[in-house]
Amino acid sequence: MIEQLRKDFPLLQTHIDEQPLCYFDSAATTQKPQCVIDAVNKFYRQDNANVHRGAHTLSAAATTQYESVRNKLAQFLNVSQREIVWTKGATESLNLIAYGLSEKLNQNDVILISPLEHHANIVPWQQVAHRTGAKLELLPVSKQGILDLEASKTLISAKKPKILSICHASNALGNIHDIAALIQVAKQFDTITVIDGAQSLLHLRPDLSAMGCDFFVFSAHKALGPTGLGGLFGRYELLNSMPVYQTGGEMIERVSFSGTTFREAPGKFEPGTPNISGVIGFGAALDYLDAIDANTLAHHEASLYHYLVNALKKIDGISIWGDTERNIGVVSFTYKNEHHFDIATFLNTYGVAVRSGHHCTQPLMDHLSLQGTVRISLAFYNSYQDVDILIDALKNTIDMLEE
Amino acid sequence: MDINQIQTQLNSLNGWQAKYREIMLLGKKLPSLPDALKTQDAQVQGCESNVWLHLDLDENQERLVIIADSDTRIVKGLLAIILACYNNLLPQEAKLVDAYALFEEMGLIQHLSPSRGNGVKAIVERIQTQISAFQ
Repeated sequence: MIEQLRKDFPLLQTHIDEQPLCYFDSAATTQKPQCVIDAVNKFYRQDNANVHRGAHTLSAAATTQYESVRNKLAQFLNVSQREIVWTKGATESLNLIAYGLSEKLNQNDVILISPLEHHANIVPWQQVAHRTGAKLELLPVSKQGILDLEASKTLISAKKPKILSICHASNALGNIHDIAALIQVAKQFDTITVIDGAQSLLHLRPDLSAMGCDFFVFSAHKALGPTGLGGLFGRYELLNSMPVYQTGGEMIERVSFSGTTFREAPGKFEPGTPNISGVIGFGAALDYLDAIDANTLAHHEASLYHYLVNALKKIDGISIWGDTERNIGVVSFTYKNEHHFDIATFLNTYGVAVRSGHHCTQPLMDHLSLQGTVRISLAFYNSYQDVDILIDALKNTIDMLEE
Repeated sequence: MDINQIQTQLNSLNGWQAKYREIMLLGKKLPSLPDALKTQDAQVQGCESNVWLHLDLDENQERLVIIADSDTRIVKGLLAIILACYNNLLPQEAKLVDAYALFEEMGLIQHLSPSRGNGVKAIVERIQTQISAFQ
């Protein structure tokens, strides 16, 4: 089945320096199936028009298509469609939420995040804390880079934070967090919970109603969709209570020179012409995912992940960071004192694409006393053969470095 | 090895594995900087990895002496190539040397990631700026 699915991704058939591409950087961005590429193409060839305006046929059709994807995503996440806001990505979503919630923060209120966060889930809160006098504090994480769940629950109870913002799965290490357990505790203190789902949307397909979070952010391009699009879910009452983030056309109810009234959410958070082709492409990605059994994909990813981890563990000198028990399929490793850049550069000469560096998680790297790691991130379209090629390439790379 | 020998050697190798191996070996021959010289002032900005570089004139105050180091083997090899371009030249000669263009000619810039390519650019710019200060 995986061999069949691989054929849907044109770029997986490509070659790097005459060797077949082994793509292990899906945590940075996933490859796109042909249906997504076709949907974007078809939109511009046949349906292009602006949305939410104009009485003409094309505009009406574009609006219908555009809004139907909002509905599709709402169903995918098990929430209501008026709770979905389109943005340009998870980063913008987090900025929008941090800005929107800043009015609710007072001096010495606590914003709790984890040391595993991507810079996008650190810096906006840091800025808000700076403006409001709120305090940014951290959940406890082990030396290996694993969140201490019990100590985290205790800390939430002790700190009673105004906001808890944490990733569902770590981008640098792949650890999956027990979000439901954390939210359960946070709810006792009316803490607003923000979940960074950039890495989890594709791999875990979360049911947000079951999860019970107040906000959830994502990027479409990390879940087979086009770049430049993302979004957020916000519990409606809370979402609609936030002030507008950017202003302009589309998001207004009525404008005069004496004042302006804004539309209700989600409209008031979507000024200007939206990323229509991106939304339509993402709709095709959701259809693609809906048509495949999620359990089959999850099972393949988990087996492949364990196959990879076992193979790496057999190589002397490799240290794997993070949680290898509960993981979305990311391996972050170092080899002795070798620099991650050298390893990644040699792997590339074998057609193996991995990420190297700090993965936009410098505070986490500091915590682990590392400059960076080599990150291998899997998606369902990776095969056992990909992993075999990677391991062979890595062994050759190590031989070369040890020369 | 002078820069012409390096260039001939690299061009004679087939495939990127062999080329990077050679670059790495060049790096191995470059003496490491003692930690005391790995100062913040010596650090070249605009590189993804750490690069430290010191440039001065020899005891006769005539010819360039450049010493440099990096924490990655490949970048250290690239430094060895850059140093071979400039070391022991008179400042006015060195001003006319464009090591970045040489990297382009060898196809190295295209193959390295842009941040690394820019690293080479930042190193070369740093050398040129410091040379200008002598005149």
